[in-house]
Amino acid sequence: MASALNINIKEYLKDNILYLDGGMGTLLQESGLTPGELPENWNISHPDVITKIHRDYFNAGSNVVNTNTFGASTLKFSSDELDAIIKAAVENAKRARDESNTSHPKFIALDIGPTGRMLAPYGDFDFEDAVSVFAETVKLGVKYGVDLVFIETMNDSYETKAALLAAKENCDLPVFVSNAYGEDGKLMTGANPASMVALLEGMGADAIGVNCSLGPKALSGVVKEYLTYSSLPIILKPNAGLPRSENGKTVYDVTPEEFAIEVSELIKDGVRIAGGCCGTTQSHISHLVQNSKNIQPKEIVKKDITCVSSYTHAVIFGDKPVLIGERINPTGKKRFKEALKANDIDYILKEGIAQQDSGAQILDVNVGLPEIDEVKMLTTSVCELQAITDLPLQIDTSDADAMEKALRRYNGKAMINSVNGKKESMEAVFPLAKKYGGLVVALTLDEGGIPDKAEDRLKIAENIIKEAQKYGIDKKDLIFDPLALTISADTNAAKETLHAVELINEKTGCHTSLGVSNVSFGLPEREIITSTFFTLAMQNGLSAAIMNPYSLEMMKAYRAFLALAGKDENCSNYIAFAQKLPAKVENVQSVKAPTPESTDEYRSELQKAIIKGMKDLSASITAELLKTVPPLTVVQEEIIPALNTVGVGFEKKTVYLPQLLMSAEAAKAAFECIKSTMPSEKSSDKCAFVIATVKGDIHDIGKNIVKLLLENYGFDVTDLGRDVSPEDIVKKAVELHAPIVGLSALMTTTVPAMEETIKQLRVSAPWCRVIVGGAVLNREYAESIGADKYAADAMETVRYAEEVNSLLKNK
Amino acid sequence: MSFTVYTKAYSAPEYNKKDILRYAGVREASEDITALLEDALSEADGKFTYKVCYAEMPIFAGENELDLTFTKTSSKNLQKNLEYCDSIILFSATVGLEIDRLIARYSKISPARALMLQAIGAERIESLCDFFNDDIKKEKKALGKFTHPRFSPGYGDLPIEIQKDIFRALDCPRKIGLTLNENLLMSPTKSVSAIIGIGNS
Repeated sequence: MASALNINIKEYLKDNILYLDGGMGTLLQESGLTPGELPENWNISHPDVITKIHRDYFNAGSNVVNTNTFGASTLKFSSDELDAIIKAAVENAKRARDESNTSHPKFIALDIGPTGRMLAPYGDFDFEDAVSVFAETVKLGVKYGVDLVFIETMNDSYETKAALLAAKENCDLPVFVSNAYGEDGKLMTGANPASMVALLEGMGADAIGVNCSLGPKALSGVVKEYLTYSSLPIILKPNAGLPRSENGKTVYDVTPEEFAIEVSELIKDGVRIAGGCCGTTQSHISHLVQNSKNIQPKEIVKKDITCVSSYTHAVIFGDKPVLIGERINPTGKKRFKEALKANDIDYILKEGIAQQDSGAQILDVNVGLPEIDEVKMLTTSVCELQAITDLPLQIDTSDADAMEKALRRYNGKAMINSVNGKKESMEAVFPLAKKYGGLVVALTLDEGGIPDKAEDRLKIAENIIKEAQKYGIDKKDLIFDPLALTISADTNAAKETLHAVELINEKTGCHTSLGVSNVSFGLPEREIITSTFFTLAMQNGLSAAIMNPYSLEMMKAYRAFLALAGKDENCSNYIAFAQKLPAKVENVQSVKAPTPESTDEYRSELQKAIIKGMKDLSASITAELLKTVPPLTVVQEEIIPALNTVGVGFEKKTVYLPQLLMSAEAAKAAFECIKSTMPSEKSSDKCAFVIATVKGDIHDIGKNIVKLLLENYGFDVTDLGRDVSPEDIVKKAVELHAPIVGLSALMTTTVPAMEETIKQLRVSAPWCRVIVGGAVLNREYAESIGADKYAADAMETVRYAEEVNSLLKNK
Repeated sequence: MSFTVYTKAYSAPEYNKKDILRYAGVREASEDITALLEDALSEADGKFTYKVCYAEMPIFAGENELDLTFTKTSSKNLQKNLEYCDSIILFSATVGLEIDRLIARYSKISPARALMLQAIGAERIESLCDFFNDDIKKEKKALGKFTHPRFSPGYGDLPIEIQKDIFRALDCPRKIGLTLNENLLMSPTKSVSAIIGIGNS
């Protein structure tokens, strides 16, 4: 009887190389599987073929065979079919184990491959749906008695997370996770090895590594990165090189002998779990086993790397202080609060992009406001931010439910802000950090408040470390914030905090982070104090700061510190920074700029800035104007006439679409300036306009252009985004009693969704006019699906909206 | 019937700026548009991957139906395109997800730049397809064969639904990271699948 049952695979791994099996697909094709035929069906139709392949691998020396279930999911099979397939697949593997003639330990892994669907935001597959699909497969594998779960060939970090989460939530078996890297050393969706290590270790995978795509030599760079960053056993399961066709048969270019030598080299470097993927056969595995069986397995060393990650890269703490942008936070910001209340996600996104452009390496995300649904808002913000920025995020909330939902959806290993020494706080945060992974910011305060003395803050830190360990959270995943308090209340406050930074670092070996801005609260010219404090803290060993990346003084302190501390080779970053300082830029411009053109033909400076599409200039002139001119006058006598000039030019085809957009952006900058000067001032009285790309369609460039222009012309635009269901559009139109709804569709396949939306609008919002646009539509087509109006371009939509608006007014 | 699916990664084809401007709706580039184009190019450059997966297979003309090995179709336009051909190269190509990310990012802060990036992406995937087609053309010419212009699902009467068969035959997600969603849209969006007819001259 199978020997594996009494042996724990994790125990076995401690002293041995674990051998996997080789390819399945190419062998099935040799046995007659045709391209396009689902190999999983062969578990039932050809059990002997499948069993023989497994048995031959066991006989060749494999410790683990993967069930023939690579694509087995409810996306391809009904629940009953899936049950039968997995049952048969596990039975085939068990029979092979019973029939094999070798005596080494043998395990059966439930093989899980990618779904072949792209997850949102870049595809239409919802993250939770992906988790559910994987969960079904995992549950059946467990039911039929596999020894472990093997998630493999994943080329997207987010889908990998969904699969691992499903495995963790539905079984206690060991879970191995292997990703498919391209020649550029990244996953198809951009993740590098360090970021995958961060994500997968954080979530508790038992072994991680790489498979498929390339031969062993070509994968060696990625494997070495895994060995550098990971504390887990590393998997290597390469292809037998590249395929070619020989007499109508697909053959691969790396022979079993070469394969064995190349993989053995990487086993010497530290790989602990080895097998083969596409094109490898029993011969590759037996050569590999023979070639490497005398290699002493390299000890797995625990790496104390403190890091977070996004879907592309990891940010590692320690070498240089890390800048965490603090601007996504409503505290003390009127305009931000307005945006949150109006559900204006774009405003948050722009803050994210602007901070990244200013040098932030991580973004803090805090959207807590008593009037709003924080749970929903936080998750949405995190997902939307991850669609447009590759910076890791620091999720900042005291609401445990909001924290959990956001962590679950986060693509990577997040920073968790925050826990503190209170029992209640630790009980809420640590289980989440354990389940989803994350670097936890730990504040050195507890039930007794914030201690005055650095030594007492250290004591709290030590207590937090001890508690975290009980949850299985290593201290490398804690970063301490010893709390910057304002010196205007206590002259010694900064001194103690600085001492605490040093002390915690020295005594616990943990990294520290500070929200530096607090230190100057209540003082004039705060930036002077804050930036100097920042420098002192960095000198004391601070690893990260939550700060304002727009603050020039802060960036000066940061760049200068790195240069002085020997952390900026050839001072090149400092020099690049210094050359871009505002004063310098102005000087350069004043030398270069020719005599200003006459503004006559543009009627005014602001109109010129808008017509020429100069965003920054448009904003600064508007700010000046607002000191003397009422906002509504600026809009009506400056912005709208300028927009009209461009709009007419566009219609006459003397102005092209990019120019129209540049002008629209400049006008928007002017509007934004008006809004931030007087957040509650209404600058227009035009009607509501609901806009969306219809269900199933993910194209939104056209829709965004229309939205921008409508906003410029003062319409109250509610943008529902893309891939929006008819029900959601109707709901919004009714809620706002919107006189106009604009729908966009780019594919013939999504026009039916547009038609359905119009149909539903006619029933529930009969007052509403529907205007449609998009590449596949024309006037006749639009008419045939029941639209009121077809617009060929954005200006036509604006004209129509103006028409409807004046009709309403004249009523 | 079996066939081998190959993958190929190309280095960047040269940019065709005229095409980019055409895709952006510009006939004559003014100074500010040129500046926008150059700026967008410098940001996008280096963020593309140029990947193709493909397979060669025989085709058989039936009474009303064309047997393409990987599927059967009654498309008249395709039958016309494949007249005198005895085999096809079926391929899918993508320039990767990064350009979609850039477009998403800029559509939040600068639709003008997003539009230009969109045009650059469109030009990149077309250039990649042209590059690949030339490759195949040369290869076939050396064997005394000729190639036909590429033909994509959705052209003429060739239904877009055939994308499902193409994705199954070429295993696009695994080979080049290209996926098909429920509405038959591809992600990454700057991607193409097509059929190239091959005949004896």
